[in-house]
Amino acid sequence: MTDVTLEKLTKSYPGADRPAVDNISIDIGSGSLTALLGPSASGKSTVLKMIAGLLSPSSGDILFDGRSVLRQPPDKRDAVLVFQEHLLFPYMTVAENIGFGLKMRRRPKDEISSAVDGMMELMQLDGLAARKPNQLSGGQQQRVALARALVLRPKLLLLDEPFSSLDANLRVEMQGLLRTLHAEFDTTMLFVTHDQEEAVALADSIALLLDGKLRQHDTPDGFYARPQDRSVATFFGAKNFIEGQRQAGIFDCAFGQIRLPDNAPVGGHTLTFRPENVKLVSEAGGINSFPAIIKSIQFLGSQTRLQLTSSDIRFEALVSPFSAASLQSGQQVMVQLPPEVLWLVP
Amino acid sequence: MAPGKNGQGLPTLVWFSLALLVTWLILPLLPLAVWSVSRSWYFPDLLPSAYSARAWTYVFSPTSDILPALGRTALIALGATFLSALVGLPAGRALGLYQFRGKAIVELLILAPTIVPGIAVALGLHVVFLKLGLAGTAGGVVIVHLIPTLPYMVLVMAGIFSNYNPDAEAQARSLGAGYFQTFYYVTLPAILPGLLIGSLFAFLVSWSQYILTLLIGSGRVVTLPLLLFNFASAGRNDITGAISIIYILPGILLLFLGARHLTGRNRTLENLKQI
Repeated sequence: MTDVTLEKLTKSYPGADRPAVDNISIDIGSGSLTALLGPSASGKSTVLKMIAGLLSPSSGDILFDGRSVLRQPPDKRDAVLVFQEHLLFPYMTVAENIGFGLKMRRRPKDEISSAVDGMMELMQLDGLAARKPNQLSGGQQQRVALARALVLRPKLLLLDEPFSSLDANLRVEMQGLLRTLHAEFDTTMLFVTHDQEEAVALADSIALLLDGKLRQHDTPDGFYARPQDRSVATFFGAKNFIEGQRQAGIFDCAFGQIRLPDNAPVGGHTLTFRPENVKLVSEAGGINSFPAIIKSIQFLGSQTRLQLTSSDIRFEALVSPFSAASLQSGQQVMVQLPPEVLWLVP
Repeated sequence: MAPGKNGQGLPTLVWFSLALLVTWLILPLLPLAVWSVSRSWYFPDLLPSAYSARAWTYVFSPTSDILPALGRTALIALGATFLSALVGLPAGRALGLYQFRGKAIVELLILAPTIVPGIAVALGLHVVFLKLGLAGTAGGVVIVHLIPTLPYMVLVMAGIFSNYNPDAEAQARSLGAGYFQTFYYVTLPAILPGLLIGSLFAFLVSWSQYILTLLIGSGRVVTLPLLLFNFASAGRNDITGAISIIYILPGILLLFLGARHLTGRNRTLENLKQI
């Protein structure tokens, strides 16, 4: 296990108008399973390659357990990167692929073969030892790629979009496998993904990168309950942003005097709340309740989306199809926003 | 022999190509072989009137320069092949993998030696080689042979590298392979078919150089083609025939070796596309 620290890590390419990775400082706790989340071209793969030693940063530092590793070439760093495309060596068998790293470290042959056998059993690859990569299914290739890295027992495992090439069912299966492996191996794992749901489902902590900058490093629920700013909230699917004025524990906006939670950040000028936290209530008079008119109703399967307006301000609610069954477009309903689901962003 | 095991199933097109191959490539060699053992062969006779082994005796006699010239030609060709691989591999990698400004011009320049007449190039270079003290030396000949051999090597390697994913090397490094291990275990197997084909071309192109060897070697570096021309222009058809037979042997040998790898090449390319 390794504690990974990035200090003001920056990577700029000549001719680019902004750095690919811009001044990122983060501490990735030893033994954690962390997601580097971001849309494409947000710099997340660049960060991964720099940690693996395959790219050198323009400035800043990378520390493993407090020691800078910038001088260590990729083959000497105790971090293994698994590429997105699996990149199995085509002219080697499955067993040779898995044993590759140990062979490069000049380990004795019997040690390699027993380590490979153990790994193949763990990854449910029994009987495939003599196959060539092009004789494997996508899921099997993914497992070989993981086995090839894990057999080295790296202190830090870096995964670049590990499941993006797999179909939905297989992806869920492999995510489960990764969680099991994380529990079994004493390895800090850092994976890159553009899929916010995957990051939330898999990671203990998420680092969100937008335009090469670290925007928030938090637990998955933190991104829903306490987004740093509007773009972070938007990335996680928040839709409702209401302008207004904050006065002590009260937010003065078009909806009226809305009571805020005690921990609402000072300096916020925009009220945000997630559509799924909007409550429909039967009568007026509750805290933060006000009338709203239904503009449209959209059935989404497990949820129903309501577009509402109140005092000419549009907002969105997600309710259960059951509670939406009797609703009609144009109807007036009472809406309640419990203070604990509210948050302020700048 | 089981009936129909060989041939009967072959489509006409294959037979046609085989016939073409034999008439165009093998048949012209026959008179050379006959010349090499003839004593007198005059028009309009279909076959020589008298036979003799004197041409072959001369070829293998210690007084003739033919066997040393054979060794010299081979060494020069090997040297030129090795050097063009050394230069052509990184150059082909750059051309195949990366986009850069002026790439089209660089490609044209690399092709230029195959278009510009060799004699013009050699006459121009001779002065330079004289100044450098390379004229009249085997080393100078090896270097000047790079002019016609490099384009083949570079273009073949560029083709191979345009199908190559360099991330495989990064993956190997991350798994703990050093520079040389990565080249040996990951890069080399992937590019080997191309390297062999390019080397084959380079070797044969160098092997058959006449003008460049004559001018830059100042007539002092005597290779097989030079001897061949000497005997041909001296009207010694028997010795010319014997030298020709020796001269085409490496080509045929390499062709057979290369053919095996050529068939293996498709598989390797498929594998390359997989990664």
